[in-house]
Amino acid sequence: MRTVLFFLIGILFGVVLFKSEVASWFRIYEMFQFDSFHMYGIIGSAVLCGALVMFGLKKLRVKSILDGQQIRVKSKEKAWKRYLIGGIFFGLGWSLAGACPGPMFVLLGAGFLPILCVVIGSLLGTYCYGAFRGKLPH
Amino acid sequence: MIEYILKPWPWYISGPAIAFVMLLLLWSGKSFGMSSNLRTLCSAFGAGNSVSFFRFDWRRDSWNLSVLAGTVVGGFIASQFLTSTTVVDLNPETIAQLQGLGVLDAGQSYMPKLLFGTEILLQKKNLLLLLGGGFLVGFGARYAGGCTSGHAISELSNLQWP
Repeated sequence: MRTVLFFLIGILFGVVLFKSEVASWFRIYEMFQFDSFHMYGIIGSAVLCGALVMFGLKKLRVKSILDGQQIRVKSKEKAWKRYLIGGIFFGLGWSLAGACPGPMFVLLGAGFLPILCVVIGSLLGTYCYGAFRGKLPH
Repeated sequence: MIEYILKPWPWYISGPAIAFVMLLLLWSGKSFGMSSNLRTLCSAFGAGNSVSFFRFDWRRDSWNLSVLAGTVVGGFIASQFLTSTTVVDLNPETIAQLQGLGVLDAGQSYMPKLLFGTEILLQKKNLLLLLGGGFLVGFGARYAGGCTSGHAISELSNLQWP
């Protein structure tokens, strides 16, 4: 039952990512050239609506529909080195491969087979981070 | 109505729709983050045997793998049944620039054939580029502790600073 619910949410997410063209390599290229408002409009309005969602959930003390627990949003740790350095690596990869972790799976479903290389690469990259994280500045 | 669904979705529909997906996940008592699935998959593939970072019960995150499987199916459904045109309405300057670089299908297709056409599977150089790009995305996302969905959307919405 829960699996089905999350699967359906995923389908909605996948459809949104494809239809909004955020999964399109061209849109990402255009975004990095600052040639279009499209992508910035999407992330901007998503964050604006997201902030309203967060505020509403906290203010109204909404409980989770699955387990009845009050919804709490975990804050990520306070740090800046890992966000800065990690973000730079991420952005380099994003502009090279033209896909971030959500869209790469959308593109797989849409039948662009070479994206498998990006997926495999991202798994290897995740593995390498796990292996060397003790030696990296955070 | 159906005609609007088949056309590319404008930003002012897409952005709120992404926030709605986040709402559904929070409402289910979970969080919105795609890149943690990469860690979960590494763990499921047995990476925990060699690296402690992957030594955890990955089954507790299997809900997120269901979301991930859904996005694959969503990509299939959207591309097969919910799309009337593959044209991406790019800035003409971007199109001209890309055509100058040899990307001739700029503005006419969803993805450049040069990088994502099936025949590319035989070209080592392009495959290495995609593999390398993917590697940096995976490495950087885990280094930073999240990607676009987790950091940019969830955390900015949560007004977290830094």
